[in-house]
Amino acid sequence: MNLAHLLFLLTAAFLAVFAQAAFPVGRMLLGAQIDLLPPLVVYTALSSTLSGVCLVSVWGGLLFDSLSANPLGTSLAPLLLTGVAIYINRELILKDQVFAQAVLGTCAGAAFALISLLILLHLGNRPALGWGTLWQIAVTATGGGVLTPITYRFFGWLHHHLAHGQVTQTSFRPDREIRRGRN
Amino acid sequence: MLKRPHYIALGLAALLTLLVLNLPARATARLKLAIGGLFVPLFGLASSTQQLPASASDLLISRRELLRQNESLRRENQQLKLQSARAVNVERENARLRQIVGWQQQKGWKMKLGSVILREPANWWRTVQIDLGQREGISNNLPVLTTDGFLVGRTASVSLTRCQVVLVGDPNCRVSARVENESRDTGVIGSAGPLESELVELGYLSRNALLKPGQEVVTSGLGGIFPKDIPIGKIVDSHQVEFGFQTLARVRLAANLNALEEVWVLLSN
Repeated sequence: MNLAHLLFLLTAAFLAVFAQAAFPVGRMLLGAQIDLLPPLVVYTALSSTLSGVCLVSVWGGLLFDSLSANPLGTSLAPLLLTGVAIYINRELILKDQVFAQAVLGTCAGAAFALISLLILLHLGNRPALGWGTLWQIAVTATGGGVLTPITYRFFGWLHHHLAHGQVTQTSFRPDREIRRGRN
Repeated sequence: MLKRPHYIALGLAALLTLLVLNLPARATARLKLAIGGLFVPLFGLASSTQQLPASASDLLISRRELLRQNESLRRENQQLKLQSARAVNVERENARLRQIVGWQQQKGWKMKLGSVILREPANWWRTVQIDLGQREGISNNLPVLTTDGFLVGRTASVSLTRCQVVLVGDPNCRVSARVENESRDTGVIGSAGPLESELVELGYLSRNALLKPGQEVVTSGLGGIFPKDIPIGKIVDSHQVEFGFQTLARVRLAANLNALEEVWVLLSN
């Protein structure tokens, strides 16, 4: 991971939180807002270092809570836990498969919503809960499942166009050069 | 497996999380406003994007339609001017009579118009952010109304240029309300559920409350935040709760909280 990649991720977290607050399309159409941060954390955990996961989780969580009625820090722990859990197991995950990305996004969306709720209740807050909360969690989870492969494709495209390409190994080997001439 | 630098990064992040969660409420509020201030450059973008469909539809209105609307507004304006003049006279008369009888003078209110710039990103709360802040004289716990005069909520978390409005139906916005019936039953407005944004519950009503669907619900003036007689909504249905000791009613809000664009904030004189 280089600095440009990390900056892309932090900027994306900033814009994702703003978009979620400025354009509540999910809430109008489905009755529940789709969280954009869990897909971003899944992508970060699969493509970046652990420090990157920590930075994106802390930055995204603080920004999210600053625009929400959540107590500051409520969203930070769920994002961090989700990101670290995926990072630790990422060697076992077929991260280039769309199905794997969708499953991870779904789990991350659901985990983010559930852990946030648990923290809120633990802190003594009284959020609006009811049977509809199950629907809201289902929407968040499904949204995460749909958006994670899209996030993956978007960052792949961005990386391809804006970052330097990897230096590939040349096929030339001096020890196998045919020497022409005498002796 | 994780290496040593990984443990350090993880430990720092966990420590920061615990620190932020355990900060005193005042420090948290300040930190929240400071971090939220990072979005200020984007607020203009949000409001102009939200106005884009309206401006696009404005371009399609014909001149004839505009002239018709202009004429209709002119007539309405004349009628409102007359009503306003009568209201001023009635207010003066009311004040004079109160002085004669020795009643306490009613508190006057100034109004500030604000635009909704952001909505709650989390699913469990009902709040919006408006573009009025300390600079415009806004403070915590001021009543907020729609442009039609229906109750929206109260202000909270006020920064220099914006403030949060906690909407009616949010668990943190409880309103003392009165039903406009013969017995003038009073109760407290609370949340009805996470998905029903247009409905709220009116609880703590007497078990003998004479409720009928369609009855008006207004603020009672108790509680110190909301002045009395602000329309909240209409009764939908009611049933007995707490082993028949209390009545709980569902109220359909008069304000469409999903389509808020501009709101009035009431400032006391």
